[in-house]
Amino acid sequence: MSFSTILSAAIDGLGVELVRVESDVSNGLPVFHMVGYLSSEVKEAGERVRTAIRNSGFDFPAKRTVVNLSPATLRKRGASFDLPIAVAILESLGQISPEAAGGYLITGELGLDGKVRKVPGVLPIIMEGKQNGITRFIVPAENRSEGSLVSGVEVIGAESLRDVVRILAGEKLPVNREESEIEDNWEEDIPDFADIKGQENVKRAAEIAVAGGHNLLMIGPPGSGKSMTAKCIAGILPEPDMEESLEITKIYSVLGMLNETSPLIRKRPFREVHHTATRAALIGGGLIPRPGEISLAHGGVLFLDELPEFRKSVIEVLRQPLEEKSVQISRTYGNYRFPADFIMVAAMNPCPCGCYPDRKKCTCTPAQIHMYLSRISRPFLDRIDLCVEAPRVEYRHLADERKGECSAIIRKRVSRARKLQKERYKGTKITTNSMLKGEEIKYYCALGKRERALMEQAFTVMGLTARAYHRIIKTARTIADLSGEERIRENHLKEAVGYRVVDEKYWQG
Amino acid sequence: MKYEYWLARMRGISAKKKSLLRKNMKTAEAVYYIEETQLNQLEFLNEKERNTILQAKKQGGPGAEYEKLLEKKIRFIPWFSEEYPERLKEIEDFPYALYVKGSLPEKNSRKAAIVGARRCTPYGEKYAVDFARMLAGCGVEVISGMARGIDGMGHRGALMSGGKTYAVLGCGADVCYPKEHIGLYADILEQGGGILSELPPGTPPLAHHFPARNRIISGLADAVLVMEAGRKSGSLITVDMALEQGRDVYALPGPVNSAMSDGCNLLIRQGAGILLSPEDLAEEWGLQGMSKKAACQGLSEDEKTAGKGYDGGGKKDSKNEKVLETKEKLVYSCLDLYPRSVDQVAAETKLDIRTVMELLVTLELEGYIREISKNQYIIARC
Repeated sequence: MSFSTILSAAIDGLGVELVRVESDVSNGLPVFHMVGYLSSEVKEAGERVRTAIRNSGFDFPAKRTVVNLSPATLRKRGASFDLPIAVAILESLGQISPEAAGGYLITGELGLDGKVRKVPGVLPIIMEGKQNGITRFIVPAENRSEGSLVSGVEVIGAESLRDVVRILAGEKLPVNREESEIEDNWEEDIPDFADIKGQENVKRAAEIAVAGGHNLLMIGPPGSGKSMTAKCIAGILPEPDMEESLEITKIYSVLGMLNETSPLIRKRPFREVHHTATRAALIGGGLIPRPGEISLAHGGVLFLDELPEFRKSVIEVLRQPLEEKSVQISRTYGNYRFPADFIMVAAMNPCPCGCYPDRKKCTCTPAQIHMYLSRISRPFLDRIDLCVEAPRVEYRHLADERKGECSAIIRKRVSRARKLQKERYKGTKITTNSMLKGEEIKYYCALGKRERALMEQAFTVMGLTARAYHRIIKTARTIADLSGEERIRENHLKEAVGYRVVDEKYWQG
Repeated sequence: MKYEYWLARMRGISAKKKSLLRKNMKTAEAVYYIEETQLNQLEFLNEKERNTILQAKKQGGPGAEYEKLLEKKIRFIPWFSEEYPERLKEIEDFPYALYVKGSLPEKNSRKAAIVGARRCTPYGEKYAVDFARMLAGCGVEVISGMARGIDGMGHRGALMSGGKTYAVLGCGADVCYPKEHIGLYADILEQGGGILSELPPGTPPLAHHFPARNRIISGLADAVLVMEAGRKSGSLITVDMALEQGRDVYALPGPVNSAMSDGCNLLIRQGAGILLSPEDLAEEWGLQGMSKKAACQGLSEDEKTAGKGYDGGGKKDSKNEKVLETKEKLVYSCLDLYPRSVDQVAAETKLDIRTVMELLVTLELEGYIREISKNQYIIARC
């Protein structure tokens, strides 16, 4: 009956801080006292822990009990400290030997009946623990499969507080959960490109966008299948490697959005955001900053349908993350940096009624079109590499019985192009062509004499800006990669020019 | 003159009654100093109009307003002035006075009005420019309303061949409407043309001003050329006025399925003159001899050859013309002045999308076609 300490961890933003849970049971007035800069849900842990201990069949003598969570400067939130607190108290009471609990990191929520409930953020906690040299973890049974994604450590799932005591006593618990490899069923709910009639140029633009990590803007009348095409993009995203998978899974783990049976996210996310989204929902935020949609789309695609309907201030905050591939959020509680490396796919109509430039149908005045287009700023457009028109669906498309190319084939091409880029940019921070800047473009996208002449012509004839010029070359690099060529050729450049972002003149309506 | 100006800008009394009033009292000054008893004896005025005049008398001296007018360098030309265009006086309800920035149309020159829809297609734009350019090149003065679309293009075309062009506005002559035409406004004045209005300076552009100003456009001109007009287009009002005033009306034919050419085609059916080409019109009006040379004045070599349109590679006589390949010809032949999308071109040519995109970009770089909206192409304007 004395002092004891158990290791646990707290989630802070997307980061993890190790926390020591100390408890001391001594003679004196029977009080239960908890300290350590606790939020109210942690303070409530006291009641849960006392009841759970008693309901698990252990004694809880009327003594002076003090629990401290250190470091005391870190704000602790959530219910994940229930289990470590309970274990620390039991150790202080002598129900668990001090040596037994020594090497473990423990996390979990307790029910009044002593059952251990799942908590968010198990994956990052274990990854952080491993880095700090901890090799044994006790987590809620429901989070076990998530925790076991980290190799080289021992992760034990506990159903109840009793289980934990038995584990610490050295008992081996029967594993009643079979490790089952979940089948790759990730194409199930994603529409296939083969089902889209026509729209060849949009499909092609989507392929290029995904292959090179370029942002894509689709312009087209209502009902031209922009949203459908965007959804298909999820099906051609290349499979993430293990490292990327874990990174994506970590984010979802913190937000408690993981699937219990197959926690590892083996496909890149596709997030669609409605245009009523607030800034905080999009980039993350809140009193205690939480990652937003752009972080949930990390490694995958963020789809913004009806782009001009978004509030201007909401669109503009995307500028910095699009550039830096992460987002910095500052609040009273501290500064947080969330990853946000995503491909942005946006869709919009060419004018409020959607029919421009078909004057037979369009009823908009030039002023209206101008107003509509001016909701999207130049600097925002400067971050989009590809722009394509989604044409109206015509009868001949519907009548066409032929099936288009299916997503699987396109994905193969995309994966190959990604592999080429990975090899080329080995040893640098660059992962895709879209990340090339200034000098790097000159180095990696060298143009031949004829190609240079072509670009010069395009520059003068089309009145390109320097930015547009670089975007075209980056896109051409991806097109060349898709066809497996090391050199950028004239036809690659021409195709890239065709997908360039519409020029200033059009953008003024 | 300040009293004339005071009388002219008085609202609520028709031009006819103003004239009558002035005739009765001999001068505008006398109208200003009229006694109430004397006013009541004028039988052609009703109670309301009498009050209007009395009200107008109370509001500030006419001197200050006239000073402002002079400051703005806007000329005030009442109907009895020497300068007032004779032709305009022929029409039924000619304006009491004109306010002019720049110059008035020449007395003895031929004048043509180019009118059409504000929301026009590239087809209408092209021909508005073409006809205006030819006319101005032949010394015909082009009159229009400086509105968006056809009107603006008409002025532009005339300016291109260095001619004088006149804009009749539905607001004060010192107000540029639409705002984006401020460049055009300045160019018209710079090339010796003029901005005209029957409304006093500072009058805002209100919807009901526009049908009224249309009668001035047709009234000033000898002939009215309609480039593109829907069935309910405001341009057709101008045509009605023109017919009432006994002016010639010409219309540019368009595809029968184009809503924007509906009005024009209807006019032709009803007997309007048909505009086949600028050269054709020049011949009809006896402008030949100077037409071709003048029409192409101020154009670079490139534009001249492009103007003839693309007629199949090798036949080109110009030396720096590149010979297009078969596939490019195929793609080019799919396009006209109404926008076509990449997808439509691909379907028509049966080429795959990547090839079509490359060919379109090639044609665009060579200046044969233009991208007017994302992936929507038309053949380039000459």
